[in-house]
Amino acid sequence: MSFELIGISVLWLFLFGYIIVASIDFGAGFFNAYSVLTNKQHIISNIIQRYLSPVWEVTNVFLVFFFVGMVGFFPGTAYFYGTILLVPASISIVLLAIRGAYYAFTTYGRLKSKFWTYLYGFSGLFIPASLSIVLTISEGGFIYIEDTRIILNYFALFASPLTWSIVILSLTSVLYISAVFLTWYANKAEDKNAAELMRKYALSWALPAIITALGIIVELRLHNPIHYNRLLDVWWLFVISFALFLITLRLIWVRKKYGVAFTVLVFQFLVAFFAYGVSHYPYLLYPHLTVTEGFTSEAMAIALIIAFIAGLCLLIPSLYLILKLFLFNKEYVQGKAK
Amino acid sequence: MDNEQAVFYSRVLTELTLTFHIIYATIGVGVPLMIFIAQWLGIKKQDEHYILLARRWTRGFIITVAVGVVTGTAIGLQLNLLWPTFMELAGNVIALPLFMETFAFFFEAIFLGIYLYTWDRFENQKKHMLLLIPVAVGASFSAIFITMVNAFMNAPQGFEMADGNLINVQPLIAMFNPAMPTKVAHVLATAYMTSAFILASIGAYRMLKGSDHVYHKKALLLTIKIGLVFSVASAIIGDFAGKYLAAYQPEKLAAMEWHFETEEGAALTLFGILQNGNEIKYSLELPYALSILAHGNPNAKVIGLDQFPAENIPPLYIHYLFNTMVLIGMGVTILALMYIIGKFLKRQFIYRRFFLWLIVTSGPLCMVAIEAGWWLAEVGRQPWVLRGILRTEDAATTSNQVDLMLYLFIGLYLILGIASAIVLIRMFRSNPVERELADMKGRG
Repeated sequence: MSFELIGISVLWLFLFGYIIVASIDFGAGFFNAYSVLTNKQHIISNIIQRYLSPVWEVTNVFLVFFFVGMVGFFPGTAYFYGTILLVPASISIVLLAIRGAYYAFTTYGRLKSKFWTYLYGFSGLFIPASLSIVLTISEGGFIYIEDTRIILNYFALFASPLTWSIVILSLTSVLYISAVFLTWYANKAEDKNAAELMRKYALSWALPAIITALGIIVELRLHNPIHYNRLLDVWWLFVISFALFLITLRLIWVRKKYGVAFTVLVFQFLVAFFAYGVSHYPYLLYPHLTVTEGFTSEAMAIALIIAFIAGLCLLIPSLYLILKLFLFNKEYVQGKAK
Repeated sequence: MDNEQAVFYSRVLTELTLTFHIIYATIGVGVPLMIFIAQWLGIKKQDEHYILLARRWTRGFIITVAVGVVTGTAIGLQLNLLWPTFMELAGNVIALPLFMETFAFFFEAIFLGIYLYTWDRFENQKKHMLLLIPVAVGASFSAIFITMVNAFMNAPQGFEMADGNLINVQPLIAMFNPAMPTKVAHVLATAYMTSAFILASIGAYRMLKGSDHVYHKKALLLTIKIGLVFSVASAIIGDFAGKYLAAYQPEKLAAMEWHFETEEGAALTLFGILQNGNEIKYSLELPYALSILAHGNPNAKVIGLDQFPAENIPPLYIHYLFNTMVLIGMGVTILALMYIIGKFLKRQFIYRRFFLWLIVTSGPLCMVAIEAGWWLAEVGRQPWVLRGILRTEDAATTSNQVDLMLYLFIGLYLILGIASAIVLIRMFRSNPVERELADMKGRG
């Protein structure tokens, strides 16, 4: 396996990790705000708080990890994406900052007010939308180069149906992933009411999520035929992903094995995300930048891979520990242990 | 917007973000160590006051960590957004410590989460204390790695340029550059020192407000002791940093000392005002001191600004920043020394109002010194982003919206700064130590 392939696979995996943990986080914030709005706060707020508190900071690190790794393995991306993304990424930073800080302020600092709960909940939906713009831009067609300046065509970007399909996909999948996870978590806590409510949300967001995912494929056909054709080459992966989707839905429908349902959901998204990534390869930005062009020197690649392996040796046991203490600890989940 | 304006706004925005981030980052590096020491003392001495100290510091710490995390994410992304050419070049050479920094950060984040939520989970408090080691180690290591990146910008090495292309990249050589040892050591020592004095300020303030509980006296003595140790260390490392500059970045040393002409037995210029470009007024000259500072020898030759073309000389106002930093550093060191001697001799002056007020100012002053020191280090590197390789004006983004983003972030930092201050003050005002101690007694 070439170094480029290792590099991009590692990053793709971490991006996937971020998407899952961040979806749970953003969705949880939204459901929490929504439950306050509809006076159902007493049912699910406790569950959500208990999950989010120990891990909110870890979620943030996944994102940092991704973009630092990206610049490390593919310094060429810093030049292209750095120039183009000034405005969209700055808006994401501001939203992330307000959200992260206010989570800590309200949880630890006794800054209790409905206003912040709403701000926290609803800003969480803008973040996936603003971050997913990057995926749209990577499909190409929104950038022109004038002299040596790279310029992003905002009009083309916002007028494109592809942009909006990806934004809607990010929203529906955030809510779907989060609802399935929280159903499982609430059920583990033996909180019947919360589990029932989250199950209802999970079922109602399943269909929109899968429909928008199919919509992207249709949009790509018009926008980027090369990518579309490569997607068709791996059609069987999407079939597998769809089958996994049906299994999750079935399990939730019959109220059985929520843990398995969530695990299957993770694999469903992993397979689809992998298929999308493979078909995007070797382009980092159509058609300006490929994986090979943007790649760092061999010496740096080796150094980064060694650092990465060493880092994982530290991280995996630590992540295991935090999961064991908070996610898989019955006493904590049920609120008996502090 | 033309390129010159884009460069200007990019510089202002980067400076703003870093200035704001550094406040929280410094606390983030230093305070975990203080919490660890307090909890360790509490267990060793079987003294619940120290345990409570650790607990209360932790509660405040989490608020500053939150702002530190989000502004750290901001500066990480902003480097790419505002300086794409620089990041493309630097990414090739210095990605390794940048990458390792996120691992250290990851490590810290995980264990901080565990530490916060397991106060009552373990029978043995020692187990809980052990969780603080990865937090403190992670915090310090992220400072070490990120300072390595900054040191590289001052002393770039570990690669060769051939027709504008980078070849022979050696990541470890880039990491362990000549600027690294003094920079890293100075950053760590001053972060511990500043955190200690900030906590001392809080203790002194509570005593001024009429709380004469022994808890505050213990807190004050502990933090001032730690503060003294690290302020002495900072001064010693600062001296090494001066010698580094003389050897590797003489233009920065010459600009910050207003040393215009190369000479032997050079005098050190303290204070003063610069008029008409190179007339120094109201200054205090210490004969031979600059030669001693630069080379450890009163007769050594110190290179002056006359040896450099005008376009390579940093702005001369960095002299004021240098004075501010050194003056504050010396001031708080003397203050801490007086407190400890006073305590040892059992003199009451250390509890007098004027003295307590002096201690209250020490924390914020240290933070001012940290800011002044960073501005000195960064402005002193101008006009280069990568000294001798990439000029600042060639590294900035070509985007037209930098000014708008500047206003956006000014708004963000105002909100975060004010809100975090309000939350912190409310947290401790609504729950004073006396009440918390009474609650503990009630439970026990």
